Amino acid sequence: MDFSEKQPIYLQIIDYFCSQILENKWKPDYRIPSVREIAVKMEVNPNTAMRAFHYLQEKDILYNQRGIGYFVSGNAYQKVLALKRAEFIREKLPVLFRDMSLLGISFDELRFLYDKNNSHSSGL
Amino acid sequence: MVSITDLTFAFKKNHLLFNGLNLELQAGSIYGLFGLNGAGKTTLLNHISGLLFPKSGTCEILGKSSRKRDPETLSELYVLPEQFDLPPIPAHSYVNIHAPFYPRFDEEYMKHSLMELLVEGDKNLNELSYGQRKKFLIAFALATNARLLLMDEPTNGLDIPSKSQFRKIMAASDHSKRCVVISTHQVRDLEAMIDHLTVLNDGKIIFHQGIDNIAKKLSFEKIAEDDNRFVLYSEEIFGGKAAIIPKKTDSNETQIDLELLFNGIIQKGDVINQQFVREAV
Repeated sequence: MDFSEKQPIYLQIIDYFCSQILENKWKPDYRIPSVREIAVKMEVNPNTAMRAFHYLQEKDILYNQRGIGYFVSGNAYQKVLALKRAEFIREKLPVLFRDMSLLGISFDELRFLYDKNNSHSSGL
Repeated sequence: MVSITDLTFAFKKNHLLFNGLNLELQAGSIYGLFGLNGAGKTTLLNHISGLLFPKSGTCEILGKSSRKRDPETLSELYVLPEQFDLPPIPAHSYVNIHAPFYPRFDEEYMKHSLMELLVEGDKNLNELSYGQRKKFLIAFALATNARLLLMDEPTNGLDIPSKSQFRKIMAASDHSKRCVVISTHQVRDLEAMIDHLTVLNDGKIIFHQGIDNIAKKLSFEKIAEDDNRFVLYSEEIFGGKAAIIPKKTDSNETQIDLELLFNGIIQKGDVINQQFVREAV
């Protein structure tokens, strides 16, 4: 597995978990892969993987059953959605706005492209 | 687990390789020991294992002086050297002869890893390729369950899939009671595996920090040429600079660029270390 340059590995693991939940692949009470499985898959120190699990447990997105493993919390979807929306607004939007202004792309043009993209993906 | 105090050592008269070297290593961690060629990484490992004796100062493992070579202590130590000779016997005979030295040797694990690493079990060990022999010893090292594991350049000579296998078996084993020291200059092979960065230079340990702590204190960023922020260390890269910057408490952690950090420590060790002492004040 290859890692993107900027983001620490534990955040990449968190991102992966969050997208599984947002895409509804991991539903409430789903038992997720173990710390060890994730560490092996990503070829990282198990402590690094553990950090991602702890973080998501603190945010109530995962819960732990001693000796059994980690599970998706009941309201994980809402929590992840709130977290990711805030992140998108805080981190991704400023970059998008900057590029739009650099490249001279107006909101109307963006709107047009957005609608075009949506009709394409729903049409296919 | 390992405690080195004021270690001095010289191969030649008038030239001290180690000059007042101090180092403490704990169980539950994987230490990456880095240093330039000739810095003395292997010599340091040889002191820890009791193969070399300090000129002055002490080197203890599990509370006992390494130079005593106490058998009980040695049963808790496994050294994977960079260069090694293996006898003309098959893997299982080697295991039968050497495993009894390690009280918690895990035979099942050994068998399983050899299969996973695709080491040919029926051939004599000396007839295997360098990579195969190395993988055999890596499996043996982990199977010993020794509390202190010293690995000198473990990924040297491994092909690309074998390096990945090495990381996978390291990630899969339980290191909570074990102290692993990996000496290497192949930063890329192991950067996601280690949880401590230890740098040996000019006869001393000039940097010794946990990866978590590094991520809290330092930010690794690609910045523009005209960026005016205070930079601890930087290198020219295409389209700007790769820089190490003091991390603001509220900013996000960045992925540690170990190569950049290593170069920074070698060239501007004092400036970088200062970021870590500030909290003690």
